[in-house]
Amino acid sequence: MCLALPAQIQQIDATMQMAIVSVGGVKVEVSLALVDDVHAGDYVLVHVGYALNKIDEDEAIKTLALFAEAGLTAS
Amino acid sequence: MKYIDEFRQQNLAKQLAGAIAQAVDPNRHYRLMEFCGGHTHAIFRYGVQDLMPTNVEFIHGPGCPVCVLPIGRIDNAIQLVEQHDVILCTYADLVRVPGSAGSRPAAALPPSVAVATGRNSLLKAKAAGGDIRMIYSTQDALKIARDNPCKQVVLFAIGFETTTPPTAVAIKQAQAEGLSNFSVFCNHVLTPAAMQAILDAPEPVQIDAFLGPSHVSSVIGCKPYETFAEHYGKPIVIAGFEPLDVMQSALMLIRQLNDGRHEVENEYTRAVTRDGNLKAQALVSEVLELRPEFEWRGLGLIANSALKLKETYADFDAERRFDMPAIQASDVKGCECPAILRGAKKPQDCKLLGTVCTPENPMGSCMVSSEGACAAYWSYGRVRQG
Repeated sequence: MCLALPAQIQQIDATMQMAIVSVGGVKVEVSLALVDDVHAGDYVLVHVGYALNKIDEDEAIKTLALFAEAGLTAS
Repeated sequence: MKYIDEFRQQNLAKQLAGAIAQAVDPNRHYRLMEFCGGHTHAIFRYGVQDLMPTNVEFIHGPGCPVCVLPIGRIDNAIQLVEQHDVILCTYADLVRVPGSAGSRPAAALPPSVAVATGRNSLLKAKAAGGDIRMIYSTQDALKIARDNPCKQVVLFAIGFETTTPPTAVAIKQAQAEGLSNFSVFCNHVLTPAAMQAILDAPEPVQIDAFLGPSHVSSVIGCKPYETFAEHYGKPIVIAGFEPLDVMQSALMLIRQLNDGRHEVENEYTRAVTRDGNLKAQALVSEVLELRPEFEWRGLGLIANSALKLKETYADFDAERRFDMPAIQASDVKGCECPAILRGAKKPQDCKLLGTVCTPENPMGSCMVSSEGACAAYWSYGRVRQG
């Protein structure tokens, strides 16, 4: 139920607070009522037809670096 | 897919497994409760459990909204369809959850609806002619209400803090549009209250630390867990739903336990901040408020653990619009869902698992939901493991 998928915003309809997003290549219309300051090209988490949050790319890179770092200390 | 594939890399999983093996103290047992069903499924689907040392145990929590919804509320929803002739809009998992045995006498039903016999479910009520629509988004429910102005349309709203904001948006939108045939049967529940209830239980399950919710936390942030971690002295790591997120979070919890710390740490920083989604929080608090108490399957009545519509939006509250008596209903005999939801039992402790209870013919909610622990054990071949 709480699952949410990362999707890239393709097109925004600001008046309707809606956007077309691509979820792994599949285009879906989602509501932007819960997020501010999102733009075409941004990645958002989509849950039950709503963009829930913007995904922070820098933080994603840092987390991946953390995984690699854990591996280095183990070997 | 970006933000998914990177978090499932096999080589990194092996490295993290190595780091965990090195970090654990062989003289102690680590009992980590993953609150969310999403984590339970990641653990089994990707074999995370098998990459853990034997003294690291995952205890499955109640974080599956379909699973914790008491049977009485399912009965209420069925009654809405059978007795009030509404169009009921629901997320798909719910339609297969078994309700109570039996049904209303035929005389009480509208002529178009036949009586569903045996243990009822929304799916059976639909098969008997009830107008039940499976929706993906609350926006779909609004559209159905617009398209059917002569019918009452009820949104069967369930879910944790992740799914609540979309309900709040729909209620506000319905009010703005004057969509007077739309209402919401609100069953939204709160995560921190359930975590407290697990530890406050008369015979609490032994839990050393928590893997905190992913997308619930993307809405409420890390802050609500801080007093909890302090008060109960239990470490919490907010964890993403991908397998590497789960492993990294387990490692962070193991390190906290080894150090004797009990902090709230955030592994899922790409989606979760300390404050969460303030816009979503504001919308929810504008439309919904705390119920004094709410029943959870397996956990019983929990104070301040659920939400209802505020007085200002009372016109859109299905519980005020329709006569909906509180229904006490019992589980299927032998079904261990309640104990499994508390973390007191594992799915393989249930005699019904894989015998009479399967995803095709579920006896309890934990087998119905794609996030349920029993569904995870069944789907990923853990049925016969001790």
